[in-house]
Amino acid sequence: MLFNEPHPLETRVLTKRMHEPGYNGTVEAYERYGGYKQFLKAVEMTPDDIIGEVKTSNLRGRGGAGFPTGMKWGFVPRQSSKPKYIVVNGDESEPGTCKDRVLIENDPHLLIEGCLIAARVVGAERGYVYIRGEYRYLIDIMERAIDEAYRAGWLGQNIKGTGINFDLRAHSGAGAYECGEESALLESLEGKRGNPRIRPPFPAVAGLYASPTVLNNVETFAAVPSILEMGGKAWADLGIEKAGGTKLTCLTGHFNKPGVYELTLGFPVEKMINEVGGGVRGGRKMKAFIPGGSSCPVLTGDEAWPLTMDYDSMAKAGSMLGSGGVILMDETTDMVKAALRIMHFYAHESCGWCIPCREGTAWLKKLLTRLDAGSGSARDIDLVGDLAKNMLGRTFCPLGDAAALPTMSIVKKFRHEFEAKLSRPVSVPVTSPDQLVSLG
Amino acid sequence: MTFSPDLEARFEKLVASYPEGRTRSAVIPMLMYAQDELGAVTPELVAEVAKRCKVPPIQVEEVIGYYSMLHRKPQGKYHVQVCTNISCLLVGGEELYHHASKKLGIGHKQTTADGIFSLEEVECMGACSWAPAVEIDYTFHHHVTPEKLDQLLDGLKKPQ
Repeated sequence: MLFNEPHPLETRVLTKRMHEPGYNGTVEAYERYGGYKQFLKAVEMTPDDIIGEVKTSNLRGRGGAGFPTGMKWGFVPRQSSKPKYIVVNGDESEPGTCKDRVLIENDPHLLIEGCLIAARVVGAERGYVYIRGEYRYLIDIMERAIDEAYRAGWLGQNIKGTGINFDLRAHSGAGAYECGEESALLESLEGKRGNPRIRPPFPAVAGLYASPTVLNNVETFAAVPSILEMGGKAWADLGIEKAGGTKLTCLTGHFNKPGVYELTLGFPVEKMINEVGGGVRGGRKMKAFIPGGSSCPVLTGDEAWPLTMDYDSMAKAGSMLGSGGVILMDETTDMVKAALRIMHFYAHESCGWCIPCREGTAWLKKLLTRLDAGSGSARDIDLVGDLAKNMLGRTFCPLGDAAALPTMSIVKKFRHEFEAKLSRPVSVPVTSPDQLVSLG
Repeated sequence: MTFSPDLEARFEKLVASYPEGRTRSAVIPMLMYAQDELGAVTPELVAEVAKRCKVPPIQVEEVIGYYSMLHRKPQGKYHVQVCTNISCLLVGGEELYHHASKKLGIGHKQTTADGIFSLEEVECMGACSWAPAVEIDYTFHHHVTPEKLDQLLDGLKKPQ
């Protein structure tokens, strides 16, 4: 089911089928619209040719890190005697991100075909779709689709007489943001606590059960069939240089028309907000803009308006494209409260494995609670900035950075809002015992 | 322990889903599905999952405290999860949580005296573009207003 109206400025590549009238995502429907043909094409191609097309397409990881997919696949030692695995990261938990839901819910066979092509490349015979526990209904949808694919002969032994064997299963998470980080996800998939692993070795070499593993986001795998269909070059040309294709972009926060839309890489922010998203709620001014989930550094409205939605443009402006979870905050937004809510999340989700993250997020939450409640001091503002800075780059996984980056940018760019709260009496009534504890 | 035929079938499939000697992988999904049937992760369940996955019980115990959806105490018949993370916060998620708390007369991770509802202020659950969002058990509700939440909760409370 689609939860928002489509927009004419969308470029539908991954979402093209689901917008067809009556399309229900079953294997029959998927085949009727040309599904699984790209897997058969992949069987006729050499693994190197497939990787070549993916490299030409300039597809970059859609989970948030933006690592070139073709290169990642190329790192897998195909000659290794160990079994190879395909793992789909469907642990979508980055605040502001709800795009993988759209893909799994409406076109699960597209994801299966993407996995099959990756399996063909590296010679994997098993794969797992790791889906966050809160998405139980999507796990059910995925399981039904997998069952259908087995019945139709697209999974199992000697698939369609190609001699290729591939088994796929859906796997439930149980509530942990950290498991969206690839090495923590692998730990979780092995039945353990989701603590990150020291890298290298990277999952391509030693992933699931210490074996070579292709691990990508749902949207990344779902992009692969269309790359083979259109050819890497044509797919790349949809986007801009160094960032090919389209991105499912989640417009969230103060939009008139929030929703998930498939937009080409390099789409202008101004057009995205004013046309696709229907403008800022109530015709207000945009105060802040987060391009891709709450771990990205926050941009001011003025910084964001002239940018385009792609990796390099956002990096140049000091932020990241991330997962495509756009968070727009209008002029009425209390940035201290926003910083606190973001830190509340990271403090809750820190797995506790590394001290800078475990202690840093807890301290930052306390300081921000105090500042938000109006009982902080000017030194606290500097301390927030310093603490966040000291977490950067000092943790095993990016969660520490994810907590530090938005905080540092909010303190730097909206310092006046923190200062304005210093002299005031308590601006927010204390409503929960949690807050009292943190204040103490 | 014995479970419903559906759950037994699921367990059988789960254990067979991982390569030989890797049944530890089934621990977390097994706990999730069993918890739904039993209402909580009980000591007996820990022992049972350990036996079926061929792991020492400590390896089952250690994941329970880590994953936020696994719980040792039963929740209400309906578990109401209100998201107050940033995208929901911006469009009224916090007010919605306070409304639910007041209406049910319970706070975060508490259960009503009649055992019908439990409440949880949750982190992002992936409904950001259709916020504010509430998930009751495993059912998502989008663009939830206090009025809509009242209707939902009142509808559930009626004897079925």
